[in-house]
Parts: sequence; C-alpha cells; structure tokens
Amino acid sequence: MTEHNNTLLSEKLDEMERIKTDSNYLRGTIAEGLEDGITGAISAEDTKLLKFHGSYQQDDRDLRDERRRQKLEPAYSFMIRVRVPGGTATPEQWLAMDDIADEYANGTLKLTTRQAFQFHGILKRNLKSSMQNINSALMDSLAACGDVNRNVMCNPNPYQSEIHQEVNDLAGGISDYLSPRTGAYHEIWLDEEKILDTRDDSEEVEPIYGKTYLPRKFKIGIAVPPSNDIDVYSQDLGFIAIIENGELTGFNISIGGGMGMTHGNTDTYPQVGRVIGYCPKDKVKEVAEKIVTIQRDYGNRTDRKQARFKYTVDAKGVDWIREELNNRLGWELHGTKDFHFDHNGDRYGWTKGKGRWHFTLFIQNGRVKDTEDYQLKTALREIADIHTGDFRLTPNQNLVIANVTDQKKKQIQAIIDKYGVTDGENYSGLRRNSMACVAFPTCGLAMAESERYLPSLINKIEEILDEAGLNEEEITIRMSGCPNGCSRPALAEIAFIGKAPDKYNMYLGGGFTGNRLNKLYKENIGEKEILESLRPIIIKYGKERYEGEHFGDFVIRAGIIEEVHSGQDFHS
Amino acid sequence: MQLTVTNSPFNEEQTEKINQILPTLTPEQKIWFSGYLTANQQSEAKIGIDAPSREVAEYLLNTEIPSKTREITILYGSETGNAQSIAETLEGRLKENEFTVKLSSMENFKPKDLKKVQDLFIISATHGEGEPPDNAATFHEFIHGRKAPKLSDLRYSVLALGDQSYEFFCQTGKDFDERLEALGGERLSPRVDCDLDFDEPAEKWMEGILSSLADSAASVSTSAADTESAQSSNTQKYSRTNPYRAEVLENINLNGRGSNKEVRHIELSLEDFGESFEPGDCLGVFPENDARIVDQLLETFGWNPETDVEINADGETLPLAEALTSRFEITKLTKPLLIKAAEIFGNTALKEVVNEEGWIQSYIEGRDLIDLIGDFPAADLHPETLLQILRKLPAREYSIASSYKANPDEVHLTVGAVRYNAHDRDRSGVCSVQFAERIEPGDTVPVYVKKNPNFKFPFNEETPVIMIGPGTGVAPFRAYMEEREELELEGKTWLFFGEQHFTTDFLYQTEWQSWLKDGVLSRLDLAFSRDTDEKIYVQHRIEQNSKEFYQWLNEGAALYVCGDEKSMAKDVHYAIRTVLEKEGGLSEEDAESYLLQLKKDKRYQRDVY
Repeated sequence: MTEHNNTLLSEKLDEMERIKTDSNYLRGTIAEGLEDGITGAISAEDTKLLKFHGSYQQDDRDLRDERRRQKLEPAYSFMIRVRVPGGTATPEQWLAMDDIADEYANGTLKLTTRQAFQFHGILKRNLKSSMQNINSALMDSLAACGDVNRNVMCNPNPYQSEIHQEVNDLAGGISDYLSPRTGAYHEIWLDEEKILDTRDDSEEVEPIYGKTYLPRKFKIGIAVPPSNDIDVYSQDLGFIAIIENGELTGFNISIGGGMGMTHGNTDTYPQVGRVIGYCPKDKVKEVAEKIVTIQRDYGNRTDRKQARFKYTVDAKGVDWIREELNNRLGWELHGTKDFHFDHNGDRYGWTKGKGRWHFTLFIQNGRVKDTEDYQLKTALREIADIHTGDFRLTPNQNLVIANVTDQKKKQIQAIIDKYGVTDGENYSGLRRNSMACVAFPTCGLAMAESERYLPSLINKIEEILDEAGLNEEEITIRMSGCPNGCSRPALAEIAFIGKAPDKYNMYLGGGFTGNRLNKLYKENIGEKEILESLRPIIIKYGKERYEGEHFGDFVIRAGIIEEVHSGQDFHS
Repeated sequence: MQLTVTNSPFNEEQTEKINQILPTLTPEQKIWFSGYLTANQQSEAKIGIDAPSREVAEYLLNTEIPSKTREITILYGSETGNAQSIAETLEGRLKENEFTVKLSSMENFKPKDLKKVQDLFIISATHGEGEPPDNAATFHEFIHGRKAPKLSDLRYSVLALGDQSYEFFCQTGKDFDERLEALGGERLSPRVDCDLDFDEPAEKWMEGILSSLADSAASVSTSAADTESAQSSNTQKYSRTNPYRAEVLENINLNGRGSNKEVRHIELSLEDFGESFEPGDCLGVFPENDARIVDQLLETFGWNPETDVEINADGETLPLAEALTSRFEITKLTKPLLIKAAEIFGNTALKEVVNEEGWIQSYIEGRDLIDLIGDFPAADLHPETLLQILRKLPAREYSIASSYKANPDEVHLTVGAVRYNAHDRDRSGVCSVQFAERIEPGDTVPVYVKKNPNFKFPFNEETPVIMIGPGTGVAPFRAYMEEREELELEGKTWLFFGEQHFTTDFLYQTEWQSWLKDGVLSRLDLAFSRDTDEKIYVQHRIEQNSKEFYQWLNEGAALYVCGDEKSMAKDVHYAIRTVLEKEGGLSEEDAESYLLQLKKDKRYQRDVY
C-alpha cells in the first residue's frame, strides 16, 4: 500500500489527507474543542475528524441569517449517527435511544436510509453525555460517518427469518472487522486512558486502513433476493445472498455503485454496481477486506469529488479490479449465480415467519416524533416497554417490530390501535414507496427542502394519481436536498434533487427494483412546473401501460426519457 | 500635482521652481529624488537640521511616489472555495508586480475599514436564488445599508462567479458592482461574469486588472492634497435642555429565539452632532409614553385628546394627548404627587389614607396613574390641574456601547426591555419598551451625551484591565474594546460575562469571539446560570479563577464592574474580597481596606444601577 500512496504524494493531495495524517488517528483537538465554552462549535478541522466518530457539526439554517444580525454565532448543534449493523436493535436499546432524543436531542429520532439511528440538535456541552449514554446501550457511533466503512446494511426481511439471522450476523461481522482500531473514540468520549503512540507505525494501529484511512466513505450492503430493499447497486460493495435449497450458500459480489455527484460537474455521476462473481459465505469478510484495501491503495486522494470507489472501478475497469482482487485473495472468484429481484421497497403490515410475527410499519421519511395528531414516538415507546423480540430499521426508513410471540401480538396490536400506528395501508402506493433525506434546517449541505417538503408534494401528486386511477400503484419517489443523494434518488422512478430553495432537478426512469439509474428530465423547476410536467406523463401511464409495467419502465418505453445503462451515460 | 504656498511648506519662489521641475520627472526619477532627500535628511539630522527641510523630505516621501503606493484590497465571498482560490491567485500576481496587497474574506473584513480602501477587487460567488454566500452576507448588507460610506476615492473591479442554470445568475457580483459605482467608486476594469467553467474568464479579468493598473501607474498621480478645513472647536451645541434628534440606524434584538430576555442593540446616527465621548460615558434619551396608556388615561377622565393645554410656565401649549405622551411622567407615582392628588381629586377616601403612616410608600410601589384614578376616582378634574401635579418625563441614561474613535458618526446602546406584572397588570419600562416595540430605523429620538468621570478606562498598554459586566452591564466594555482595537493597544484585558443561556443570551457573542481571536481581549470567562443544574454566576467564575485574578491585581490591574447593583455588584464585591483573603492571606477587614484603597486609586470603578 505504501508504494501506491507514495506515488500519489507527488501530486497535490487533498487537504483532508493532511488532516487525517496529522490527526494522530482521528484525535485532532476534539477533546480540547469540547472544553471551549466561548463557542458552541469546534474547529473546522476537528469537524472533519468528528465525522469518523459518527457526528456532524450542524447549525439551524432557518436561524442562520437572523442570528448573524443578532451578533450571535450560528445555532450550532451536533448530529450523532448510531451504527446499527443490519438495523437490528433490542427493545432496551430502543428505549435508550428514545431517552437520549428527549434528554439531549430535539425530541425526535431519525431512522436513516442506511438503517441507523440519528439524533439532531445536540448541543456541544451535551455531546459527550449523549455518546456515553449510547455506549451504555451497547451501541456506538464510531465510523458511522467519515472516510471508512460505514454502517453495514442488511435486509431485515421478516418473512425469511431462517436466512435473516445468518445474514444479519454476517453484516455485524463485517462491520466489526472493518471498524477503525484507533483508541481515539474511547479516549475522547468514554474517558478511557490514553494509549500513547510511541511507535509511529500505522499498521500497528490501523492494520487495514493505515494512517490516512480510505480516500472517501465506503458503503457495504447485503441484499436477500427477491428484495433489493438495501439498494445493493448503490453500494460501493454489495453482496447478494444466494439461497440454494433453503440454505444460504454464498454471495454474488457487486462493486462500484454510489449515489453522490456535484451539480454542474459532469465528471461526477451516480453509478450502479456491477456484479463480478460469487464467493462462498465463509469468504465474505476476506473479500470485503481485500476490496477495501484495493480502494485504499488506488482510490483518488487528490480530488475528493473523484474519490469514491465507483470512480476507481470506472477508471481501472471492472476486469482489472476482479484480477487484482483474485491476486490479493490468492484464489479466484466463482462465476455469478442466478438471482432475481422484485422490488426495493418495504412490505408492510403483519407477516409470519419461523413461528414469530413481524409488523412493518410505515414511518414517513423515518422521522419518529410525536405530533398532536399522531403520537408515534410514544406508541413505539410503549411497544418497546413490553416487546420481547427486536426492532429492525429498514433501508427505506421504516420499522419492523420483529419476532413477536403469539401472546405479545395482541398486546402490541392494542397499542397499535390505540395510537393509530399505521402500516401505510391507507396511503397511496407512491407514498408507501417514498423517501426523503433530512436537508433543512440541520443539514449543512442542503440546497433545498426535502423531509419537510416531500409529504406535501406527494399530496399534490396523489390528486393526479387519483384522476389516473393509480392510487394503489407502487411507484418509487425519492427526494434529496442536495446531489450527495442520501435518499438514493438516482435509483427512483421519480426523483428530485435540490438546486436552490424551492427548486429541484427532476429525474425519471429509475428501475423499480433499484437496478437502473434514472435520468434528468427537467432542470431547476419549482412545484408548479413539477406538477405540470408530471401530470400528462402519469395520465398517459394510467392509460397506456402494459399489465404489471412499472412507471420507470413505461417512461422509457414511451420515449419520454432515455434509458441509462451506466453512470457514465447519466449526463449524456 | 500643483504645489502652492498654502498646501506645502515652501515659499513662493520655491514652489514655482519645484512646479517647473516636477511634471518633467519620470516616476523613477521621482523615487530616486525622494530617496536622495531622505538619505540627505538623515545625515543632516545628525548635525541638527532645521524643521522646514525635514518637512520637505517627508512631504515628498509621503505623496510623490507613483500610484503603486495605492494599496490594493482583495475581498472574496466564497461558497465552495473557488472565489477564494482566484483571490489568492490574483494576490500572487499583484505581489509579483510589486503592488501592496491585502487579501481577506468578506467575513473577516471590518466594514468600517471600507472607507480607507483605495483599490478594491471583489470576487464573489452567488448563493441559491441570487443571495450572497453566507460569508459575504454581512458585508453585502453593510454596503447596501444606510451606513455605507461615500467611496469617491475608490477604484474597483468585480469578478462574479455563478451558474447559468439559475435565474439570478451572478447576482451578488452584479450587486457589488452596481453598488460600488453608486457609492462613488470608479470602475477600473469592467465586471466579468463567470459560469461554472470560470477559469478562462477569470484569467481575462485578472489580465484586465493588471493592464489597467499598469496604465494608471504610468500616468502621473495628480491627487491633490486635501486641505482639510480646521475641525470645528469642541463647543457643545447640544445638551440635556437642547437635545439632538438622532436618527435610529439599527434596532436589533440581541437575544436568540426562545430566550426569556429581550435586549435591544440600538445604533443611532450622530452625523453633525459635533461632540465626542469616551468609553464609560452615557447617552441620555428622552422617551415617550405608550400611546395605549395615554389613551386609557384620557378615556378614564373623559378628556378630549385634542384640547390644547399649557405645558409649562412659559405658556407653551400642546394638544393634551401629545403633552401626556411626550412631556409628563404617567407611569410612576411619587409621594408629592399623592399628597397633591388628595387635594385636587376631591376623593375623601384618598384624603384619609394619604395621612396614614407608611401608606403612600407601600401604595406607590409598582402602581401608576391609571391605578390611582381607578382606586380613587377624581371628580370633575380639569386636565391642566392634573398636569400641574405631574413630573416632567425624565430622560433615561444608558451606558454607551460604542467607541467614538472607532465610529465617530454613531452611538450604540444596549437596552434591556423591562417588562413585569404588578398588581394584576402587565407593565413595561417607558424607554426600554419604546425601543423594543415602538421605534424603527428611520425614526428619531432626542438624545444628549452625559460624561461619566467616575467610570474612566486606562489607555496605556501596561495596566491590565478586568471587566465584570453580566447582562446589559457589558455595554461600556464593548465601547472600550472597540476603542482599544481602534487605537491598536496591546496589553491584557479580561472580561467576565454572564446571562441565563449560552445559546440565546450571549450578548455580542461574535464580537467577543473576534476580539479574543485578535488578542484585543486576552481572557473571557462566562457564566450561564440556567444551562446547568447549579446556577453559576460571574462571581463564581471570579472565585474559580482566584489565582489568576489575584495575580492580575498584583500586576496593577484595574477593576470595572457594570450592571445590576442589588443582585450582582454586591456579590462580585464579596467574591473579589474572597480572592484577596484566599490568595493574599488577608483578613476580611484588610481585604476591605485593600479594596477601598483600590477605589481611591481609581483602580476599582463601578457603574451600577
């Protein structure tokens, strides 16, 4: 690895590489910054290192201008993302998260598109206590963000539980295996004794990552067909479970997917992963490690906008990567095995598997909160109080109350009824398949609203769907406040990416199973134009679609939008 | 340039000769000549040179070096860092060409320095729907606001970065370009608007600048030395009896959303006021009563608001409503007022109670004229009879929060809105709530400056200064910091500030942060009483830092306390005494006499209220 990184050093490395190098394995001056009572922020360099600890510094952007006039610094607060491999949490952990939300955060929980818990609005002086409470619940936020492997996603499929437990264990195993080894997290947040690095030997501290970690974030997800709920093609590294005779035998391997791009820079684009072969299930960790090290050694460290693994794959070619991987493994990948995906959304309501019940409920944009009309947070707290199974955060920001016994089912159903907790049955197919990222007011990257706006936009699109008789039709719709694409918009049948307040780029034609990228249909448009553009297309779809034809497929067949085969054609 | 006897130290014969030679000199010759004179002057100085020739040398040195001596300022407003990197490139090019260049983000540039800028190059991105980027917002607002200075001496050029797919393409750059022209600036080379692919147009823009600068450097600078008219002598035009009507420039709530407090930051214009002030001085403001209370009073009595009434012994008259609004105190009761009211109200109950021992004292607490006429109705009272027993509406005096030296045309106040409930009615401070609710920028208020000889700050670099000013008590310390910054004073300063909540109540937070960063303020200790389970106040911070506090006192530190007397100044005094006892081993008595001596030495001054 050092060989490759040295050649790169001759070019001008991105500033972030220096910050990582100088950080003493992600310590920086975070601990000192927390003690500084003059500001609610930490230093700019520390904010970048803090991401590796699972926290972003943010500020309330609704108040930014107002406070500037008031001679007050921005209303800084911190987001903490709690890693939940495979999205599985115990009722005790749920209660702990609920407590933290009330005591230190803004009283809500966000279930993320990568099956993590997210807290928003934590003040600097409460950051450490929040981290400690998370730790007491046997969870952590280490590597939930930053240039490392992130939360490993996994299908939380409740109706094939035999396979699920095994796959979920593997997700946890990969997550642990690829976790940073630095003691920084424990020292800073948990007051553990500082271990001095007397030897400046990076492989000693971080055997997989080294001193500068990865060039950029790295995402891994495991899908269990026929569900592609984790959007395996959006992952830097995706595993597709292969089940033969009811047994999990191994995984197809997909590489080089990713959502992020930058407006106006056509060298950046979303990309779908390419399946390069198959490995037996006992080789999964090894394959993950070798692919991570390929990215570590060959990923672009001079331009962060070209640093995701997808660009490494596209620059080197899929074949080259496969060969390099085979070399590093010392054995060859097997040929790809057959599999089939039906959908990438969630299946709601009660299901039964392995003698237990599972209830998937619909949570609009993953936001768990109480409002006057809908006491969702209180309801889930009451369920957690009596639940003996577990909770599963889905990749579509929903929640499964899983492994419910026959006796508990009645009690839980009573709470569901009492609070009117919904499985989305009364919602349109469009809303049930919707996702939005956080965006305003807390996300520093947002250019336009997302979570606060999508529900009302869907209301208006539903009027058109009603008219076309398509209310029940399942259509994926996703919105992101910026082109980084946390809600994986590039794979939706209808997608919106924010450009400026109230202005969006509209994309059409993604695949219903998450297998195909969409394409830009209209640029920089507001709500009026969004509705005017969608209206004739939806009406036409209602009249002319083939049986079972999904919206994304139809708009391509009807010639409304061109089919995208690869991210490299996304802008063409 | 044309020298005359009046704008130079030369006599007629000398100016004539110099004027003949000067226009024929090339810039290089002039530089050589001035260097020659300077060198000569230095050697002559050793043997004792007479004043005029020294002035000659300095005069030439200061004015006649060609226009490369115009200082260049580059400001950038960056969204993604592009503007900053172009700015840095331009800085490099200009320096290669031996120009003097200052580079700064708009955020770090102090708006008040704009009037000193000579050549200005702006590179600015545009945010979202045509707004300035966050780090350009303050500067953008400043130059578009009423406080923007005339810039007739300024030369400038703007590079605008943007994205054609947006409706308001390059809007912020266009704003700067137009506004600088409107303020009197001369456009040195035309604005260039760049789309996402900015490299080439940016390059052209920089070339344009360099060639314009080269052209103007070649032509001889002809800027005439300003013969500034002698400053008018410091005669006091305005006073308490003849207040100045100051226009309100700004009126901002300094407390963030969710605060229990409302402290207004008021900026008033002092254009043509002609009087200076020092940190520690006060500004008197004549308030007006709330019209709602005046109306209620008129209604209770059944009086016509338009009736003309005599308002003083000179026979001056005003309509009744106006008189009650702006001339008489109606929100406070006094002992003489009650005694006279008992005479004129014709209310027997009132007549009886006023003679009861201690009754007046307890009654007037928290009550006003409306309570009085409600409790003791008056029979058939003539307005002028009432006015005769009312006090004149007094001025409120506020510790000035700005430095005259830094902002001679303005005065700033820090005014806490007073609101409370007493005897089942919501009540509010006349002046503070007038600022909070009834005064807008553009309105005027009658003001005068009141010197405060008992709150004077040191302006040497040797004396460390400790300032204790929680809440609105921080106002004079802001003035002092502004002044130290303007005077570029080095030296040790330490502020103790406290309020309820860090997030919403840290008054002037960003200014303190920036003074701390620049070293104008050396230490800042904060106490936010409601952020922690246990209430922490400034006096606790003093005790917690007793060692350093004592050390500063030993180094000759001067102590300043400003703010609430009852709940703060007393406790702070005890805290300082505790420091002396703990760190200096003094007895309570000795510590008190130490503090007494400090007061005598003017090293312990208080402005408490």
